Order: sequence, then structure tokens, then C-alpha cells
Amino acid sequence: MIDKMKQLIAYYEEVLSMPHRQEIARELRNEDDLFLLLLYSEMIGIPNPVYYYTLELYPHMIEKFHDWHLRMGMDKSPLSGIRCC
Amino acid sequence: MNAIALAAIGLFIFVIGYRFYSKFVAEKIYRLDPNYVTPAHRFKDGVDFVPTNKFVLWGHHFTSVAGAAPILGPAIAVYWGWLPAVLWVVLGTVFAAGVHDFGTLVVSVRNKGQSMGTLANKLVGQRAKILFLFIILILVLMVNAVFAWVIANLFVTFPSSVLPVFIQIPLAIWIGHAVYKKNAKMLVPSLIALAVMYLVAVLAAEYQVLQIDLVRYFGGEDGAGLFGLGAISSAFFIWIIILMIYVYIASTLPVWKLLQPRDFINSHQLVVGLGILYLGLLFTNPEVTAPMTNSAATDKSWFPLLFITIACGAISGFHGLVSSGTSSKQLNKETDARFVGYFGAVGEGVLALISIIAVITFFPTADAFKEAYNSFGAASGGGLGNFVQGASQLATGLGIPVDIAATIVSIIVVSFAATTLDTSVRLMRYIISELGSEYKLPALEKTHVATTIAVVSSAALVLIPEGPNGFGSGGYLLWPLFGTSNQLLAGINLLLISVWLKRLGRNYLITLIPMIFLMFMTLYAMIIQVFTEWAFWNESSSTLLFVFGAIILGFALWISITAVSALLNKNLPKLDPNE
Repeated sequence: MIDKMKQLIAYYEEVLSMPHRQEIARELRNEDDLFLLLLYSEMIGIPNPVYYYTLELYPHMIEKFHDWHLRMGMDKSPLSGIRCC
Repeated sequence: MNAIALAAIGLFIFVIGYRFYSKFVAEKIYRLDPNYVTPAHRFKDGVDFVPTNKFVLWGHHFTSVAGAAPILGPAIAVYWGWLPAVLWVVLGTVFAAGVHDFGTLVVSVRNKGQSMGTLANKLVGQRAKILFLFIILILVLMVNAVFAWVIANLFVTFPSSVLPVFIQIPLAIWIGHAVYKKNAKMLVPSLIALAVMYLVAVLAAEYQVLQIDLVRYFGGEDGAGLFGLGAISSAFFIWIIILMIYVYIASTLPVWKLLQPRDFINSHQLVVGLGILYLGLLFTNPEVTAPMTNSAATDKSWFPLLFITIACGAISGFHGLVSSGTSSKQLNKETDARFVGYFGAVGEGVLALISIIAVITFFPTADAFKEAYNSFGAASGGGLGNFVQGASQLATGLGIPVDIAATIVSIIVVSFAATTLDTSVRLMRYIISELGSEYKLPALEKTHVATTIAVVSSAALVLIPEGPNGFGSGGYLLWPLFGTSNQLLAGINLLLISVWLKRLGRNYLITLIPMIFLMFMTLYAMIIQVFTEWAFWNESSSTLLFVFGAIILGFALWISITAVSALLNKNLPKLDPNE
């Protein structure tokens, strides 16, 4: 009985938090997008003093990079160095 | 007739509809495939596309679509007696709303989770998309006006509900902050917020000093108000202006700050409201006192007005926006669509059914009912008040005193209406921006410009019609226009589903027949109202209603022509369901 009640409460909480979780995820993604844009600041003419190090992130971000440029409205990879598609 | 028996019959038909009709539609028409890879899996991104348990998704879908509209429409429509209203709610839910909500969900799932607006472009063409955008614009404008009136009306009639409703705002901001910045759980804080609101409600119902009663401040109903207006008229005016300032701020804030945390509290209120009504019904075991059909209702014919008076609760185009906007992106398995979509519509029908029962059991005798519902105008203006009183009478079965119950029920209705108002002002702002970018008017794309246009036009619209209590109190006159635009949106959604089914080479009668029915009723209702009531050559002429009625009539004709040409067009290529 108590287990059933706990299940019910967990279900209820999940229903409530669903749109909220989505909104938080969206905000986090926007922050991430901004961060990626900063990494490629040369693209918009701002010199990037740490570009040498950002290169090291390359293997970690190749997959994310593809989603990112699609979200930013670029169908193909904007950087010739990163050929994800 | 016994009210429990009536509710049981209605619920039984809903169950049969879900058990058999939706199964037939799912298997033979929409042909759901458990192995189909839904957009939630295909485009999984953790934000918009997230596979979600079907019960959780249903809960979210239902709380997004249920609001004040399935309460207000039935409370007005019982004017023609309870039988027509009950029949339309029950049969409309089973044969129209169910297939509509379910269908929009399936079409969207089979098309990458795109929204109906985008699909209009793909299935029928560019013109259909613009038509879609304009109908939504008219719909949200009507929603803003009508719901601002609903809230102002309840504040004037039940002044004890004002303080608890305004207490909700700081509480919601506090919850939003706690959850967002401190990652707190939201269940407990939102329950505390609800408890605080209801505690304030109990106190406000007891102590007059806590009731913010503008009419009393102006010296009672006969007192002089502002600018030479009467007291009631001034109260309406002030509340509408305050509400518009509030929605301006609320709809420009980030959603997590106010809108979402208020939604958590309101989801509890939906559960509380349904619980109070259905349990109260069981414990009070009332008799239906209202007549089955009201022979005295001669000033307006039920045919076709009934079908636009009850929109939400029987069928509502707005649900298609929720189905295709968010739910379709989160569907775990395609076969879950039947439960989420069809049963979501049933949930709304259940709410509309109990609203009818609350009103038709409230009056002590049939004569008292006929007295309160002596004209369509009286029904429209007083329907909501009758619902609140009827619902509080049911609540006495749970041992809640009548005046406290009335305060709590009006808080629930106001909260629903306020959420709808917030969302629809926000939506209107997005549409104005989108039209601005479509027609190269960059000024319209600015948040504050778009919001100002949305708020000012809505405020003007709700203040113009004059009700029996003067300036600002006639917002309910727009109700038929709200119903019509909502039905038109449902009509265009059903058209899109029919075109989709036709292009797949399947039987599309199950969506075409409700569509023809809806389009016929809305066209007929608009022609009658525009030409025999609102046009300048009639005694009851009204320029505002005439202009809007004519615009909506034009849209209805446009949709009908689009529908005929799209369904007769043999050049549209066949679609592959798995594409």
C-alpha cells in the first residue's frame, strides 16, 4: 500500500516537473551554444587568445558540434577544419 | 433524474468510446505501429524530443488542455436544457474531439513531430499555413478578451477570491526561484503554496476586511464610480486594466519565473477541483432540477448555437496545437498516442460533464432555473456565477461551508483563466512577431512592441461591448466568437488529418464527417448571427460583433473552399507512411 502511494506521488511529481525539466534543459543548451560560439569567436572577427587549447577539445565536441551548427541554422559545417558533414 | 445516474451514463459512454471506437480508429485508420521509431527517439535531444512514459505524458497533456473554457461553455449552454448540452459533450468527445486530438498527435508523430501550422504548408500549401496563422491570431485575441472578462467578473461577484489569487503570484515566484536556482523539489513547495492560498481563501471568506470589493468601495451597486461610470462598470474597468498590466509583465518574463511554477500550483487545483466536484456529487446525491429541454428558450435557437457555445469539452482546435506542439515530440511508442490523445480528450469531456451537472443540480426548482436562465444574455452573463454556486453546493457534501467553497471554486476558475490568458498573450506576441518577419516589418518583431499590440488590442476588445452592467461587463458577448474560432481551428486540423489519410490511400470519413459537421454548424451559426442580429439593419446591431463575425465567416468560407479543393485535388502525390 505504502509502495503504491510512493509510486503515485513519484508519478504525480514527474507530471508536474516535465515542462520544467524541459525549460531547464533548454536554458542549459542555450548557455552551451553561447560557449561554443565563444570558442569559435574568430568566425565573427573576435580574436581568441586560447584557440590553441580549444583545439584539444576537438575530439570531445565533434558530435555536439554537428548538432550545434544545425541549431544555429547552418546546414553544413561552417569550419573547413571540422568536417562533420 | 438522479445526477449520479446521469454522470454514470456519461462516463460509461466515454469508457465505451475509448475502449472500442478509439481502438478501431487506432488499428484500422491511423494504423499505429508499435515498432515505428517516434520522433522522441529519432531526434532525441534531451530538450524537446524526450521519450516519456505514456501516463506522465497524458498527465501533462491533460493539464495543458483543461482550463476554464470547458467550464464556462457548458454553464451557458444548459440554457437550452441539460439534454442537448450533455449529448453534445458526450458524443462530441467520443466522435469528434477524440479523433481530432488523437489524429493531430499521430499526423505530427508521422511527420517528424512538426506542428500543425508547418504541416498545413506541407500537406495543402502555403496559403493554408497563412490561413492557419490568422485563425490562431483571431482565436488568441478572443481568448484574451473573454478570459479577462471571466476573471474580472469573478472578482466582482466573489470579492473574497481576489486576495488568494494575488497571493499566488509571489508564491509562484518563490517556487520558481527555489527550483531553478537551488534545484529544490517542486512537489512540497507547490503544495505549501496551495495550502497558503486556501488558508487565505478561508480567512477572506470569513472576514470582510480581506475581501477586495471594488463595488463596495464605490458605495454599493448604485454608487458613483470613475469618470461618471456606475460602480460595477468601474470595477470591471479597473480589474481589466490591472489584469492587462499583469499579463504584460507575466508574458514577457522567462517562463520559469512565473508561468511554470503557477502551472504546478494549478495542476493541483485541477485535481482538487475534479475531486471536490465528483466526490461532492457522490456525497450529496442531488437530483437534476433543471428541465431536460427548456421550452422557454425561444430567443436563440439551440440549433446551431449549441455547437459553438460548447467548444472546449466537446471539440476544441486548441488541443491540436498542444498535441502537435509538445506531446508529439515526447511520445515513447506510437501506440501510446491512443491513450494520450484520445484519453486526453475524454479527460476534458469529464470536466465539461461535471460542469453541466454542477449547474443543473444547483437550482431548487425548474422554475428557479428558468428564472435565472430567462434569456440567452442572462445565461451567458450569469452562467459562470451559477457554476461556482452549483459547485460549492456539491462541495457541502464534503463538509465544506458554502461561502468558503464558493471562494475556493472561484479561485480555481480564476487560476485556470489566468494561465490561459498568460499563455495566449504570449502566443499572440509570437504570432505578431512571426507576421512581422513574414511581411518584413521588423518593428513588430520587438518583444515590447508585439506585447503592447497584443495587450492593447485585447483590452480594447473586452472593454467595448456593453453588458447589462455597463462598460466592460459585456465581455461574454464575445463568447460565440471564441467558440467559432476554436471550432474553425478544429475544422482545419480535421481537414489536414483527412488530407493526410487520403494521400495515404486510407478511409478518411472518420475525420471528414466531424469536419463537415463542424464547418456546417459554424457557417450556419455565423450567417444567422451576422445577418439577423449583429448587422446594422437589425435592432440588436453591434458594429464590433458584426466586423469580427464577418471576418470569421470569411475564414470559415475560405477553409471550406480550401478543404474542397484539397480533397478533390488528384495531383497531390501519394505519401509513404514510413517516410
